[in-house]
Amino acid sequence: MAQAIFIILSLFTLGCALVVVTNRNLFHSALYLAFVFIGVAGLYFMLQAEFFAGIQVLIYVGAILTLIIFAIMLSRDLMNPNVRGFNRQWWAAAIVAGLLFLALAVVLVRAPWPAAPAGEPSPAFIAELGQALVSPAYVLPFEVVSILLLAALVGSILIARER
Amino acid sequence: MLNLTWLIPVFPFLSFVLIVLFTNPNKKLSSGIAIGSVAVSWVLSWGVFFQSIAGHIGMGEEAFRLHVPWLPTGTEWFPMGVNVDPLSAIMLFMVPFVCLMIFIYSVGYMHGDPRYSRFFAYISLFACGMLGLVVADNLLMLFIFWEIMGLCSYLLIGFWFEKPSAMKAGLKAFLTTRVGDAFMLAGMLLLYSQTGELTFAHIFAPETLEKLAHTQVNLGFLGSLPWASLLAMLIFGGAVGKSAQFPLHVWLPDAMEGPTPVSALIHAATMVSAGVYLVARCFPLFTAVEAGPQLGLVAFIGAFTALFASTIAVAQDDIKRVLAYSTISQLGYMIAALGIGAYVAAVFHLITHAFFKALLFLGSGSVIHGSGTQDMMEMGGLRKHMPITFATFLVGTFALAGVPPFAGFWSKDEILADAFHQFTELGAASWPFFVWLFLTLAAFLTAFYMGRQIFLTFYGESRRPHAHAHESPKSMTYPLIVLAVFAALLGFAGVPEEFPVLGHLLGNPFHHFVGHGFPATPLNGLVMLISVAMALGGLFVAWLVYGRNPLKEGQPDPLIQALGPVYTVLRRKYYFDELYQATFIRLALWLSEVCFAFDNKWVVDPLVNLAGKAGVALSNLGGWFDRTFVDGAVNGVAAVVGWMGGALRQTQTGRVQNYLLAAALAVFVLLVISVVV
Amino acid sequence: MVPLSWYLIVAAALFCIGLYGVLARRNAIGILMAVELMLNAVNINLLAFWRYLTPAHMTGQVFALVVLAVAAAEAAVGLALIVAIYRTRDTVNVEEVDLMKL
Repeated sequence: MAQAIFIILSLFTLGCALVVVTNRNLFHSALYLAFVFIGVAGLYFMLQAEFFAGIQVLIYVGAILTLIIFAIMLSRDLMNPNVRGFNRQWWAAAIVAGLLFLALAVVLVRAPWPAAPAGEPSPAFIAELGQALVSPAYVLPFEVVSILLLAALVGSILIARER
Repeated sequence: MLNLTWLIPVFPFLSFVLIVLFTNPNKKLSSGIAIGSVAVSWVLSWGVFFQSIAGHIGMGEEAFRLHVPWLPTGTEWFPMGVNVDPLSAIMLFMVPFVCLMIFIYSVGYMHGDPRYSRFFAYISLFACGMLGLVVADNLLMLFIFWEIMGLCSYLLIGFWFEKPSAMKAGLKAFLTTRVGDAFMLAGMLLLYSQTGELTFAHIFAPETLEKLAHTQVNLGFLGSLPWASLLAMLIFGGAVGKSAQFPLHVWLPDAMEGPTPVSALIHAATMVSAGVYLVARCFPLFTAVEAGPQLGLVAFIGAFTALFASTIAVAQDDIKRVLAYSTISQLGYMIAALGIGAYVAAVFHLITHAFFKALLFLGSGSVIHGSGTQDMMEMGGLRKHMPITFATFLVGTFALAGVPPFAGFWSKDEILADAFHQFTELGAASWPFFVWLFLTLAAFLTAFYMGRQIFLTFYGESRRPHAHAHESPKSMTYPLIVLAVFAALLGFAGVPEEFPVLGHLLGNPFHHFVGHGFPATPLNGLVMLISVAMALGGLFVAWLVYGRNPLKEGQPDPLIQALGPVYTVLRRKYYFDELYQATFIRLALWLSEVCFAFDNKWVVDPLVNLAGKAGVALSNLGGWFDRTFVDGAVNGVAAVVGWMGGALRQTQTGRVQNYLLAAALAVFVLLVISVVV
Repeated sequence: MVPLSWYLIVAAALFCIGLYGVLARRNAIGILMAVELMLNAVNINLLAFWRYLTPAHMTGQVFALVVLAVAAAEAAVGLALIVAIYRTRDTVNVEEVDLMKL
């Protein structure tokens, strides 16, 4: 049962992802991107990372995608399907991406993975995650990320500001 | 007070940050911040110094240590901290004070410079480096501050980077000292691999030193020697670079391209003495093996450099270059003293030298500021126009030449007495004998070239038409006066106790403070007489040549006739720059040209013409590459199908996606290789 | 139960699709969307490894969170850059933005 759900979900996600990168109309791409994000959120859910499924939808669909759609609407000509959407190396890119996937698949299949999970995640893992973020082990990366976000905030305002 | 030691380097650093970030446009405020910060450091440092004298730190007791965990090393934390023992306390007495004087002096000297604020930012950073180095409690921190100073030295030598010579001099200083630093870094890493420690208190613990002295390291065909010797020699390499000892001395004279306060601060008083400080700091390591090769090496390099540099100084005309070679020579004294185990004498000379050499450099800066030239042949007669500069310069000269009772006399005499004492014990076929001989000869030459400088600069008549020399502003002369007081009186801190009247009265506090555990050098009247005779003799000969009949305008240096070809050799500094140019630099350039030509044969055709100019040897080499590699590659490439050619053409598009495609392809290839192999 | 390698293969496929988009799109915003796909693939990997190999540890989760934050920062700065380029050069076509070529 779980396997069937997984396969359907993955095929849905990957199919939408293909549309995202091949559709000529960028606006449509962005809409399909939302489906991809939701599909990935479903995968997180199956991994029992419900918290991540939630913030995936919140941040990616809610924030990042909205930002992208704004940018698309702000620039002219982007939704025009008559403009050539791909460069001259698109077929080489397709070949390389395909080959890379094959190679990765071979490596992944041949690697000896454990058949079953090493255990169950703790039921209160969201609380534990919150505590871990401010524990000595992870507080430094946590703070660094907050500085990065601040820098990105200031930087993007500075870059996009009208001079 | 001791608990605040860690703040000493922090203040100048804050000043650097403040000036760079906020006050750069406001010149007055920037210099005010810089001077204020170093003044605070100075007050703290003297507080620490006097407290350690009062508390008798290190007089047989543990050094003061304060440290916090810094870097995780996997199993434990590498500490970061400060260490106050007599050696660092005495350095804390000297460094911030000299820095403060030079900062104040710079206000006048750099007045009107467009990059005035930046100058103060750099010297503040430098002060942070030097003060941090002095209080560092482990070798890694010491190395970090050491490199900060190297960076500042580079930035400040090339401060007037519009001048190509200044730019080149900065580069030369940076690259030359880097050679020494590479040795030091190697020594440090090996030390860490051997002991797992870089904290001074731990690596110099008796049992660690014992272990290092008794384990042998095999160096292949070079034979084997104890670890302690090898490590000491590698660390000494860093000192050779920083303190401009032979054969890495070439950078220091060129460093005089920088502003004169920089020459005084970095290239005379403090930074160059960091090398000596390093050797003094690691002195237990150097003496861990009795009669090992490391001490002989140190003594030889020091004594040789002392004599060698003083001979060059005799034939220089640039007022700052003479002082630069004199610095090299005096640093040689200290290194040689350390090499024969005269630790206290070396540190004493380090301190007195810092004061009087800073004085001399600032004096020369004042002369340059007032007369508008650096060439002593164009000066003359400045005594009348610049009385304060003249008086203070004279004090500095007496101190450097070793005329009693100025500071240099006592410290230099202690080194000579120590060498002589050891030579009488060990016989004439020993290091101390050569050290004593070389240093005594160097003392004579020192007195001579300093006399020459005085007579050429201040006596006679001006040898330059339309010279309007004037005395420098007060912000420049006051530091001179203060430093002159120290240059005159500081020597009394180290008068040998057997010396009639004075010795009993003063009681040699320096030795008691720094030299605990070292026997005092016995007073030797003969050595003292010889060195006084050398100092006065040198000055007298200078008077005979330059003072009796002052040079007229356009008259050549009488030394040219007297010394003949020897003069040319000295003037060209034994052709060391040319030698390095012909060997190391040529080799490096040749290698890079080979690489360059090789690269361009493959990628860009038009540059083949350029490669052709690299000479017959290169062309032959290139031809060989052409026949074996390029032809093969061309045939090989022709065999590859069309899209490969297209892709190769596209590598020059400047479009990121093309490059990224190549990167992805490379990842794929690597992945396949890793799967197959 | 779904085997770990399935997740990894799906992530690899998503990654390669994103890679294709980055390599083939002419439009900078399209490239940015493809980059988001790649980042998502990475997060799938991180969470799958966390679930299957070290469910008791927090490292995988924290890492995924960091990647998420970086993705947000990347989107913000990237779009700002695109807007700036669009304003000065009147295009978001990366083939016309080839200042790297002298």
